[in-house]
Amino acid sequence: MRKIIILATLLSSGLAPTAQAQDYVATLRGPTPLNEQPSAPAVPKVVDEDTKRQRSYPEQPPTIPHSTRDYQVDLNANKCLACHARRRTGESEAPMVSITHFMDRDGQILATVSPRRYFCNQCHVIEHRVKPLVENDFVDVDTVLSK
Amino acid sequence: MKERLKTAWQVFNRPSIHYSLGFLTLGGFIAGIIFWGAFNTVLEATNTELFCVSCHEMRDNVFEELKGTIHYTNRSGVRATCPDCHVPHDWTDKIARKMQASKEVWGKVFGTINTREKFLAHRRTLAGNEWARLKANDSLECRNCHDFEFMDITRQSNRAAAAHEKYLASGEKTCIDCHKGIAHRLPDMAGVQGF
Repeated sequence: MRKIIILATLLSSGLAPTAQAQDYVATLRGPTPLNEQPSAPAVPKVVDEDTKRQRSYPEQPPTIPHSTRDYQVDLNANKCLACHARRRTGESEAPMVSITHFMDRDGQILATVSPRRYFCNQCHVIEHRVKPLVENDFVDVDTVLSK
Repeated sequence: MKERLKTAWQVFNRPSIHYSLGFLTLGGFIAGIIFWGAFNTVLEATNTELFCVSCHEMRDNVFEELKGTIHYTNRSGVRATCPDCHVPHDWTDKIARKMQASKEVWGKVFGTINTREKFLAHRRTLAGNEWARLKANDSLECRNCHDFEFMDITRQSNRAAAAHEKYLASGEKTCIDCHKGIAHRLPDMAGVQGF
């Protein structure tokens, strides 16, 4: 009898936290109690496969298919343009920065990338190998049209 | 002047009166070891990161930038210190570089880059010196660790492998041609090849 009580207590104490974890209110903090420090999630790996990805919609800035650790983009230098600038694509064989980036806000085409498009990672980002936090139910225009 | 030289030569040339041949040869030998040892010890002491960052010019500018780059902190904990990249490892080349560095001592004494502003103003020239040096010796200091013979390009990303195969294997380019600003921030790159 005593053994059964102990077993039952152990089981219930073991089960209690999981039951709590299931019905918590969704917050950025997660199920960690306020007086505890949650452990940081692991730093995800950058997808570095150099393969072009399909865009979800025509205006989408393509994501960067390679790692860009320590790429300097400032007044002095632009590491991205060291490969993607028109003059550099011959040697680097990287895709050229689209001509739309040469336009100033009045639609005038400049000789090179317009200052307002200079900071590449304002729109173009790397991808991490992570599970999406929420489900994405985006459907592209072709799918909508074919319905 | 000529007279003085003559007396000096006579003193130098005359056989020793008070000291034995054994004392002179052995003494000379031991003194040689001490002098040579001291010279090399001092030389090696100036060849450490601790020595480099003992000046605020290095500590507050370039060393601060090195932190956080892959040559300072990385997954395996192997790291490069200042002299690994900036001083040749071979003795003769090292001495040549050290003699050049006397100009840097001059710069230190007269405060050529003793403020952040002065440093930034000189940055393009200083970086240019290092690029030229590495270009001239075929990126020797890079290759001390990154030996192309033992580079497994199948373990590299596709674009890195392609670039290394095309430009490095053929000898058309050397490391520094593409890998500028990997350990420090870049100066104004307008007009620099590859930017």
